[in-house]
Amino acid sequence: MSLTKQSIPTRLIDDNGLRTDGRKLDELRPVKLEIGLLKRADGSAYIEQGKNKILVAVYGPREIHPRHLALPDRCYLRCLYRMASFSVEERKSPAPGRREIELSKVIRESLEPAIFLEEYPRAGIDVYIQILQADGGTRCASITAASLALADAGIPMRDLVVACAAGKVDGKIVLDINDAEDKYGSGDMPLAIMPRKNEITLLQLDGIFSQEEFEKALELAHQGCRQIYELQRDAIKEKYKTIREQVSSDEKKKSDEESENRI
Amino acid sequence: MSVSFQKHQIVVPGELLAEGRKFRIGTGSFREGDRIFASIVGLAEVSGDLIQVVPLEGCYVPKSGDDVIGKVVNVTLSSWRVDIKSPYSATLQASNFLKRRTDVVMDDLRRYLDVGDAVFAKIIEFDRNSEPNLDAKEKGLGKLKGGTIVDVLPAKIPRLIGRRGSMISMIKEETKCKVLVGQNGRVWISGEKFEVEDLVVRVIRRIEREAHTSGLTDRIKEMIRSEMASKGGLRS
Repeated sequence: MSLTKQSIPTRLIDDNGLRTDGRKLDELRPVKLEIGLLKRADGSAYIEQGKNKILVAVYGPREIHPRHLALPDRCYLRCLYRMASFSVEERKSPAPGRREIELSKVIRESLEPAIFLEEYPRAGIDVYIQILQADGGTRCASITAASLALADAGIPMRDLVVACAAGKVDGKIVLDINDAEDKYGSGDMPLAIMPRKNEITLLQLDGIFSQEEFEKALELAHQGCRQIYELQRDAIKEKYKTIREQVSSDEKKKSDEESENRI
Repeated sequence: MSVSFQKHQIVVPGELLAEGRKFRIGTGSFREGDRIFASIVGLAEVSGDLIQVVPLEGCYVPKSGDDVIGKVVNVTLSSWRVDIKSPYSATLQASNFLKRRTDVVMDDLRRYLDVGDAVFAKIIEFDRNSEPNLDAKEKGLGKLKGGTIVDVLPAKIPRLIGRRGSMISMIKEETKCKVLVGQNGRVWISGEKFEVEDLVVRVIRRIEREAHTSGLTDRIKEMIRSEMASKGGLRS
């Protein structure tokens, strides 16, 4: 890595209408999702969205400590968003900062409406979100992965929660902004939805948008969420499908061997 | 009136299961208007007019009448606090464990059950407002001595037992081990030889992993038979 600071790009969208990483305006970064990779956690998920790498672990429902936090009528949801000190260009102080505490709260509030918290009164659910590598849009990727980890823990939910951001870059509305576009662009709008009924659980906006721009960004972010939602569903089914396929291929091998032996 | 899944299809939270008012909803599903949705990851099932999702993950929620395997975590003057691998830890009153009356002031309960001991008990009551209460006085219940205890995902316990106990009785018969299954996802195994106990542990791990596949009982039977035969003397 070079010791000099990254040069500030003069243009974020080139003459061909392509962005700094070669994407079209309405194109997502490649997303990779996986669940159930942590053995000790009740549920876990891993997401790669562009250069973002995020690991989420869910513990619970379990007895909550300290006990005074327990709620008599529902489960207490606790989220912890943490950035590893090596996750960004310049070393981040490992102490939890203002931004991390705020993001923890924002992520918790976007997940809460989806979970049947009333099924586990007096208990607690812990969601630990570790950012291993950050490249803009970590809160959205965290929400997407956290809802998968919750599903993997077997926690009853009304729907999965999926999040995606739209932004304003060089005066144009674009989907899923990356780090450079976040820093040097002129607007960022994260959106989290429960896709079944299109209910919005998180909507933030940084920057100045006209009404038309806002509506366009909202529509674009919606489309992005839809695309990621399909990947989310596949990721859950994939975990069980691979075991099923392994078993049936083992079976096939065995029956082949048996028929060979007979010959 | 329509069901929108195939038998034993893997569903995710929020997935549409069925439409129509005639259906009843079971575990892992919820109703919104005329439509029924899955709330957990699992295998969708319809039997008669009951729609449910058989869970593949999830914690144990105590239910009165369940047999569980607990670990003692604390001893008080007249009761034990027992961890039953659920969000709610259980209480075992001295009067629900000891056969004879004891003077709790003069007697030390640690003589009967100490921290770290395992106990096979029945849940006698549990509701949303109070913590589960255990009973270990009945025949077949009580302190577990020796053997091995393994933790299993509670959602996989029905599969380990099998339809009308087919899987578990097959395992007991083939390995000649004593096996106690706690609904909370703990299994106690006691056999003559350590190797056999170890085999049962591996069998349980495999059932846990392949719970959602079909023809499992036969595969497990084959596995036990071949391993027992290959190790020769295990059968004696």
